[in-house]
Amino acid sequence: MGSMNLLLLADGRFPAGGHAHSGGMETAVATGGVSDLASLHAFLIGRLATAGLAAAGLAAAACTTKHPWDALDAESDARIPSPALREVSRRQGRLLLRAARALWPGSVLDDLGAACGGTPAGARPSVHLVGPHHPVAMGAAAAAAGLEPLDAARAAVFNAVTGPASAAVRLLGLDPLAVHRLLAEMAPDMDDSAHCAAAGSGGPLDALPCPGSILLDLYAQRHALAEGRLFAS
Amino acid sequence: MRSRSRIAASWSNGRTRLDCIRSCAPIHLRDTPDGVYLVGGAAGPLGGDDLLLEIEVESGATLVVRSAAASLALPGTGGASTVVINTRVAAGACLYWLPEPLIACLGCNHRILIRAVVEAGATVVWRDELILGRRGEMPGGVSNRIDVTLAGRPLIRNELRVGPGAPGWDGPAVAGKAAAIGSLIVISPELAHEPAPPVRLGPTAGILPLQGPAALATAAAADGRELRAVLETAQHLLAG
Repeated sequence: MGSMNLLLLADGRFPAGGHAHSGGMETAVATGGVSDLASLHAFLIGRLATAGLAAAGLAAAACTTKHPWDALDAESDARIPSPALREVSRRQGRLLLRAARALWPGSVLDDLGAACGGTPAGARPSVHLVGPHHPVAMGAAAAAAGLEPLDAARAAVFNAVTGPASAAVRLLGLDPLAVHRLLAEMAPDMDDSAHCAAAGSGGPLDALPCPGSILLDLYAQRHALAEGRLFAS
Repeated sequence: MRSRSRIAASWSNGRTRLDCIRSCAPIHLRDTPDGVYLVGGAAGPLGGDDLLLEIEVESGATLVVRSAAASLALPGTGGASTVVINTRVAAGACLYWLPEPLIACLGCNHRILIRAVVEAGATVVWRDELILGRRGEMPGGVSNRIDVTLAGRPLIRNELRVGPGAPGWDGPAVAGKAAAIGSLIVISPELAHEPAPPVRLGPTAGILPLQGPAALATAAAADGRELRAVLETAQHLLAG
């Protein structure tokens, strides 16, 4: 059942609202940082090596279900210096947990829900409710779906790169075929990142990757205050 | 070159006392009225250097660490150069780490690992500035990782990587076209009462309130002077 569940979890149509987020792309486009295929490529490479790798490390660690949820939560906070991004991560995590509990009910996701003050499975979460960080929810969902830490890392990396790529198609009117060719070119690097992230998933949490990205943090702060936004982040 | 240096400060008889100030070449430490100065006793860090600095600040004491001049990370025959700074700041102690910038020269391969264990009620101001190459020069590889735990909980873990081997570092997701990048971390009991506001300090600089009585100012600047100005503004806003 493994690989089919991975496709479901990573799919942009997974009902967790991922399509509403641009991963910093909307502000990168608005400030002129990304304007064509070449600058999109540079953005995606940087995002994969920073936010993507950090998320993949946390997701893989969460998927082992060996680490306490509160420790994973604190490690996630420490890797997301932007308060706007921490909020986005929890909002996305809450939606992902809700959807995953409907698909793969069981003790793993119930435990995570209880650890972050979640509502019973299927109930509609309140807007103010604290949710798990998105990578932690991703890892837990992968575990509940019978997947391995490497799969969780793959889903996190895939999300981190393809989300902004499809946002760029919409924001800049780029040729979807050309953008998808970029993604195919990046596939080996995405796989490498997932392997690198999953390698430390059972070890101490402080050793998980923590790559930072100055501009992604600042884009998120700016985006939270922007008017007339197309994407939620 | 392998070097182990140490500074320990405590509070006794109504003033801060340096219990230990042990220099080990190429790091020379000088106690001055303005703080303890790091004085570069040799070129570098050079490839192959392995430098450790330990800093301990006991309750009540205030320690300021500065440097006399910018340091140059240079390539060498011994592979990567590494600087490890281990620091412990007790409740009620203050540590100000305000050195001059590090310049990442062409071909360098330099790692900085900063580990700070901070007790609740301590004050820390920690500034890091990295100039991306000398004038007209591409920078070598530098990774700067800072890990701070506050009251036993991870506060920030952040590794910035630039140069060859750091994919996308000069692209629009990481540091863009900056020639100087840097950060200022402020941990202060006062931020528990009045949390830091998220402030924009320019098109590519801002203050990011952390989860706890702390904030990170981060900046990608056109040059070292602009970077210093932004971080000084942040220090003024966050630490008075």
